[in-house]
Amino acid sequence: MRVIVVGAGQVGSSIAGSLAEEHEVVVVDIDEERVDALTYDLDVLAIQGDGASLSTLREAGIEEADMVIASTDADETNIVTCGTAKTVGDPFTIARVKRTNYLETWEQAEGALGVDFMVGTNLLTAKAATQVIGLPAARDVDTFAGGRVQMAEFEVPEGSPLCGQTVQEADRFDSLTFAAVIRPCEGEEDGEEPKDDVIIPTGATVIEAGDEVVVIGSNGSVQAMAAEVAPHAGGASDVLVVGGSDIGYQVARLLERRGLHPRLIERDAERARELAEQLPDTTVLESDATDREFLEREHISEVDAVVAALDSDEKNLLASLLAKRLGAGRAVAIVDDGAYVRLFEEVGVDVGINPREVTAEEITRFTRERYAENVALIESDRAEVIEFTVDEESVLTGQTIAEAAADLPDGVVVGAIVRGDAFVIPRGGTTVEVGDSVVVFVDTDVLEEATAAL
Amino acid sequence: MVSVRVDWRASCSLVGSVLKYLSLPLLFPLGVAVYFGEDVLTFAAVAAVTLTVGFGLERLDTDPDIGAREGFLMVAATWLAVALVGTLPYVLAGMGTASTLADPVNALFESMSGFTTTGATVMGSIGLEQHSHALLLWRQLTQWLGGMGIVVLAVAILPELSVGGAQLMDAEAPGPGIEKLTPRIAKTARVLWLVYLGFTVLEFLLLYGAHLAGLAPNMGLYNAVLHPLTTMPTGGFSPEARSIEAFSATVQWIVIPFMVAAGTNFALFWGALTDGPSRLLEDAEFRYYAGLLGVGTALAAGLLYGGVGIGLAELPVEVAPIPGELEDSLRHGAFQAVSIITTTGYASMDFNTWSGASQSVLLVALFLGGSAGSTGGAIKMVRTLVILKAVKRELFTTVHPEAVSPVRLGGRALDETAVRGIFSFTLLYLVIFLAGVAVLAVDASRAAETIPLFDIISATAATLGNVGPGFGVVGPMNNYLPFTDFSKLVMVFLMWVGRLEILPVFVLLTRAYWRS
Repeated sequence: MRVIVVGAGQVGSSIAGSLAEEHEVVVVDIDEERVDALTYDLDVLAIQGDGASLSTLREAGIEEADMVIASTDADETNIVTCGTAKTVGDPFTIARVKRTNYLETWEQAEGALGVDFMVGTNLLTAKAATQVIGLPAARDVDTFAGGRVQMAEFEVPEGSPLCGQTVQEADRFDSLTFAAVIRPCEGEEDGEEPKDDVIIPTGATVIEAGDEVVVIGSNGSVQAMAAEVAPHAGGASDVLVVGGSDIGYQVARLLERRGLHPRLIERDAERARELAEQLPDTTVLESDATDREFLEREHISEVDAVVAALDSDEKNLLASLLAKRLGAGRAVAIVDDGAYVRLFEEVGVDVGINPREVTAEEITRFTRERYAENVALIESDRAEVIEFTVDEESVLTGQTIAEAAADLPDGVVVGAIVRGDAFVIPRGGTTVEVGDSVVVFVDTDVLEEATAAL
Repeated sequence: MVSVRVDWRASCSLVGSVLKYLSLPLLFPLGVAVYFGEDVLTFAAVAAVTLTVGFGLERLDTDPDIGAREGFLMVAATWLAVALVGTLPYVLAGMGTASTLADPVNALFESMSGFTTTGATVMGSIGLEQHSHALLLWRQLTQWLGGMGIVVLAVAILPELSVGGAQLMDAEAPGPGIEKLTPRIAKTARVLWLVYLGFTVLEFLLLYGAHLAGLAPNMGLYNAVLHPLTTMPTGGFSPEARSIEAFSATVQWIVIPFMVAAGTNFALFWGALTDGPSRLLEDAEFRYYAGLLGVGTALAAGLLYGGVGIGLAELPVEVAPIPGELEDSLRHGAFQAVSIITTTGYASMDFNTWSGASQSVLLVALFLGGSAGSTGGAIKMVRTLVILKAVKRELFTTVHPEAVSPVRLGGRALDETAVRGIFSFTLLYLVIFLAGVAVLAVDASRAAETIPLFDIISATAATLGNVGPGFGVVGPMNNYLPFTDFSKLVMVFLMWVGRLEILPVFVLLTRAYWRS
């Protein structure tokens, strides 16, 4: 299909990059230099111009476009771009907005403002952060089937009871499927980042320390699994949020909704007051997050988790490390620059969350095959977890999973089935029916083949 | 010579407009006077004087332009002027009779006590033996006019007040700030008065209905009209010398919920009419108010029921609730707790016979007052609630010095200036109370009056809080006559500042007000 991406910042570029292989992509940006750079970097048509003006959109071929993705840094521009696009054609419009109140407005009436799908960067980031906090030891968490199925990626630390066990031994939970084991590669190849191995586990696969396991299952079993991986880390209940940015505010709000009473540190007096007014169950502290004495007085050593959401990556790193140093449990840092995520995680931050990556992931959902309802990316694109509804044509229909496996490429694991409201445990003898929601783990190498068959 | 920066002519002109309209309610007692053939001249003369003075003051400024400063002056002056006009009927009617109100100071006290809905009286012998029907109706009517506020009434009917009206209402209305129920301030004022009128009529219907049903022998048409006029404004005057004790238990049970309603924020009733009764319970102040009424009732009734609530050993049985009689104890406990907390000041019995234990419940209640936006007096529910919350916050911030925690009221965070204002008001209130006690005590000693200090304390709290009766010599079945003229004038001042919530009066005493 023909996709117009307006705004070639980091998000726009990465979306354009991931779409360019399968679709015709036109990128519009107001900055001449960026347009020039893109022309050479990606296999896309780059046009210089204002995406919110009709003439620019016409130049980009708005009449034939199937989709418009507005991903500039300005929320209002993105919304106006979508509205403008709707005046001349009927493309599927996606707007990226930072401010959560626009998102709330849009959610009141689907399709409002000429936007078919709105991605709230800050809220998404906050959600990712709180999900990671909710499951200790989890590096990544996604929910499927309306919240009934969870996918989680755990790092198996040294000394975990799972070390040395086979998957069969480790699989003690009723409604849980081990979808993959990701094993870090030894040795670096020339200048390239090491690529990890994605292993589709059999019962005999042995889990080693340092592995990451991907599990799919009911919420309860995933939580039990989390306790199994890291037995000493209970679910976080005492959480400290550092920085009263919109992301920090959303994190605190989501934690409040879960019934927790987080603490939030904000330096600016006026902003602190504003936050305190909006967050009835949060203790807002007006101070500098790097003030050691203050942190000790507030017993930071006892918090289960710290979420750093300050306005710069460096400050987040500093705040996270300081809190860890004082004895805080896990540190989750919001990392604006995707290139730093790995680095931060290597020097001691437990989980780095990149808003742009989260946003790109969310938008990628919409560009997959029509019936795919929800997508999570594993290990930045090594594999995907897809949720879809089974129809007549699917290879799964009417036969057991073991029979269907023969018709599917290697690297596909059926992780969970939801039938109506019930959770069905997929085992070799399970039969899939039309209308079931199925959550599947797929290795990227066989993605096209698999999605066609499913 | 410093030039005065306040346009006092504009203020006085508006006071004139209000006085002019005050002649209208004077027609009611005039009509009653004509019907009974008593005090006709008195009320005709008063109506004439009021009209003349009103027109005269209005002439001072043909096109008054009201700013914030003029508003304070206008509100304070209106209440003073209205109180002065209100003294006339008492003086004129009392001339040549044995009435204590023939004395101008007494008459002023009674008038101010009426308009400010205090209910403290210096009427030596209350009742129709000494006073005409018309005069007792006028006495009740002053409270009804003062309850929802004379200025609010003026805003409701005077078109020229449509712009500055909000400030005027703010200066007069009980509690911090006002709520605009409708975009137009005049309509808001009309709505408040209509709700007020509605409750008054409803109470009359119930009381008279009880009389017709044979449940309230003493509650004839005259009494059934006159009592709602002082229940709804939380006033407390009664044409009966023994207040509500003169009526049956049924009447007392009917009056209790109306006192509770009078102490509720009237804006909430409007909300309840438009969005359903759940609006009441959603309001933090109302829940707190209901809780305090419950606690006060439980304490008073419990003490009476247990037999430790009565102080005097040799009691005429018909006066006191009999210990162990549940309905009796509950009724008097609830009636007295509600009456004092809402600052109404009715008495279902002579609570001077109570022991110190049960009187102390009422002493605390003297300071609480009704809700903001009600017709109650004293400190007001919302202020004590906010102070409690602010103190709780103070304790929290000693543990977490960096914590920013707004004071929340019903989910909404309060502005710090509002919290500060509530603190300073309450402190000022208590300072005025203590100063009042000192002045009255010194004056009583100077005049060799034997008034116990506890009675003086209760008298000060009851006049400043617009409650009415206190304890001892100023108990519910007694009056304020033992005080000297000077002390009475001090209490007139206390009632005046108490009703206007101090600031509109005190700001006039600052130099900054009169200069730029």
